[in-house]
Amino acid sequence: MLPAQTSPDPVRLDLRSTGTGTATLVIGGDWILEAPTPGHSGLVKAVSTGTALTAIAFDTTGLSDWDSTFVTAILHLVQHGDDSGIRFDMDGLPQGARRLIDLATAVPERQGARRRSERPGLLTRLGGQVIETGRDTMAFISFMGEATIALGRFLVGRARFRRVDLMAMIEDCGVRALPIVSLISVLIGLILAFVGAIQLRPFGAQIYVADLVSIAMAREMAAIMTGIIMAGRTGAAFAAQLGTMQVNEEIDAFRTLGFDPMEFLVLPRMLALILMMPLLTIYSNVMGILGGAIVGVGMLGLTPTEYYLETALSTTLTDLSLGIIKSVFFGIIVAITGCLKGIQSGRSASAVGDAATSAVVMAIVMIIVFDGIFAVVTNILGI
Amino acid sequence: MPEKTPGKTPQIIVDDLTLAYGDFVIQKNLSFTVDHGDIFIIMGGSGCGKSTVLKSLIGLKPPAAGTVRYARGEFWPAAPATREAMMRGFGVLYQSGALWSSMTLAENVGLPLGEYTDLPPADIRDLAAMKLALVGLSGFEDYYPSEISGGMQKRAGIARAMALDPAILFFDEPSAGLDPLSSKRLDDLILELRDSLDTTIVVVTHELDSIFAIGNNSIFLDAVTKTAIASGNPKDLRDHGSNAEVRDFLNRGRSAQPQEVSMPSDSPTRPGMARP
Ligand SMILES: Nc1ncnc2c1ncn2[C@@H]1O[C@H](COP(=O)(O)OP(=O)(O)OP(=O)(O)O)[C@@H](O)[C@H]1O
Ligand SMILES: [Mg+2]
Repeated sequence: MLPAQTSPDPVRLDLRSTGTGTATLVIGGDWILEAPTPGHSGLVKAVSTGTALTAIAFDTTGLSDWDSTFVTAILHLVQHGDDSGIRFDMDGLPQGARRLIDLATAVPERQGARRRSERPGLLTRLGGQVIETGRDTMAFISFMGEATIALGRFLVGRARFRRVDLMAMIEDCGVRALPIVSLISVLIGLILAFVGAIQLRPFGAQIYVADLVSIAMAREMAAIMTGIIMAGRTGAAFAAQLGTMQVNEEIDAFRTLGFDPMEFLVLPRMLALILMMPLLTIYSNVMGILGGAIVGVGMLGLTPTEYYLETALSTTLTDLSLGIIKSVFFGIIVAITGCLKGIQSGRSASAVGDAATSAVVMAIVMIIVFDGIFAVVTNILGI
Repeated sequence: MPEKTPGKTPQIIVDDLTLAYGDFVIQKNLSFTVDHGDIFIIMGGSGCGKSTVLKSLIGLKPPAAGTVRYARGEFWPAAPATREAMMRGFGVLYQSGALWSSMTLAENVGLPLGEYTDLPPADIRDLAAMKLALVGLSGFEDYYPSEISGGMQKRAGIARAMALDPAILFFDEPSAGLDPLSSKRLDDLILELRDSLDTTIVVVTHELDSIFAIGNNSIFLDAVTKTAIASGNPKDLRDHGSNAEVRDFLNRGRSAQPQEVSMPSDSPTRPGMARP
């Protein structure tokens, strides 16, 4: 079955009647992958002549070259024959092809194993979606509950996890996140200052750029931006780590040894983010104010002292604590969504990818929604 | 309820177990008893549901119907807390090894020891090194799972399963991916564990040599009828079994006649694994 040296000979099909209800299918030419072939539909068409056939033999003396595409087409034809009551006599096929066909039909198809691929109707899909959303919500809530219990056990000193895991997580969520947090925060500070400058300069009130930048950073931007950065960086990593552990049966191994994956895997990750998010947020504040100062001093003609004093005067401890408190919640959101999606992940490479993606999306959406709720509440309370 | 034969205490009693993923039934109406000190083989063709049966025995997969009892009490159905307490008495080797990838081999073996004993870290390390030595992995204590071969991961997984000297060991295809010598050594190890530590062992395997070398009781799962089609001592099943399919399975490859034409993947030249 080497590829033909010369250009392949096109396939010829011919059905010759040999009696009532019987016929011989003459196949000639080269039936190979590299050449156009009639395919199984061509074969089926060749035997569907209108007259009812009950037995068909093959004559392949003219078939000079064939490969597995030929075998596949014959298998389809035999399947078609089973459905429409035609019996095929395989004797006329090349011996190798006959052996391959025997091999392919040696193990009968497993009943019930083949997946039905009908597309369900719109209502069915809609209903399925609703049920799935409900189930996801329940899973999230019960995961939250279990995480809270694990946190409680940690607080009373009874949680079991490896301290080295916690340290590694803290390093990863803390120090290693500094460069990207610095970059984004400085840029956010710059952007806020530019926006403020456009509005304030016509009134000669450019000194208030300092207020704008520092209050916006402290109350909102530092926490939100850090949360989003951590969702993309750390939340996705958590989902991928736990998803891979799921694929490797590592999480099963924890379960059977009596280790609660909640304490062993989720808790260190959650603790690391709860500890590091406020610190990163404070750091992000400093960097954002620095970014604002670059614009204020470099372009608006303020002196560094002026800028500093204005910032110190305008920003209250309340503003700062508001952002820091939110950042703790954002940290929990990122840890929970990342770990939940990882633990729920299916056992395949693409499932792990999906887990990482949906962890990031879910975390970002929840961060923004949570921040919105927080903004309304603080507004009502007049904080 | 299977009756007690004198001198044998049932360790696991499975009654009318049915396992399914959603609507897709994998195995149904399984009933068997594993006695104390048995090496019980679960065998059958690829994909017939051996791993799934094992998963329900160790508490990871709830059965669709039926019960599983251990000597210590009900397992399925039972409260999750009861089940978890019993699961701690199992040692499990997963088909994929399932070593914790973020830990070294010594840490993998030592983690359960550190958790459930009061041993000082140095003793834990010694014990872990000993268990690794038992499976032929001394010197590899500080390697990470990704740094050793698949067969070595299997053996390290066995070392971890033995960490707490559990009363029942479950091995999912322990000798898959091992060279013939290591495979033989592993069989000896399994027999030794049974005799010296008085362990009951459930093994999923289709290595015929292992089946006859270690198994004293077995069950044969069939993918077509979706249930057990034979049970008993594997040697008896091979020599006087009433089911032709099972006899065929157990005789293939051991017959003295030259092998018939086989698929290329059955080639006898499986690359041997250099022992460290
Ligand atoms: N998570 C799952 N969801 C749906 N079906 C599954 C799942 N896991 C396994 N199966 C199906 O269950 C059947 C039995 O799988 P199982 O892993 O138990 O086989 P096995 O006997 O251990 O095979 P092998 O010897 O190849 O390891 C297979 O047909 C497989 O398609
Ligand atoms: Mg298996």
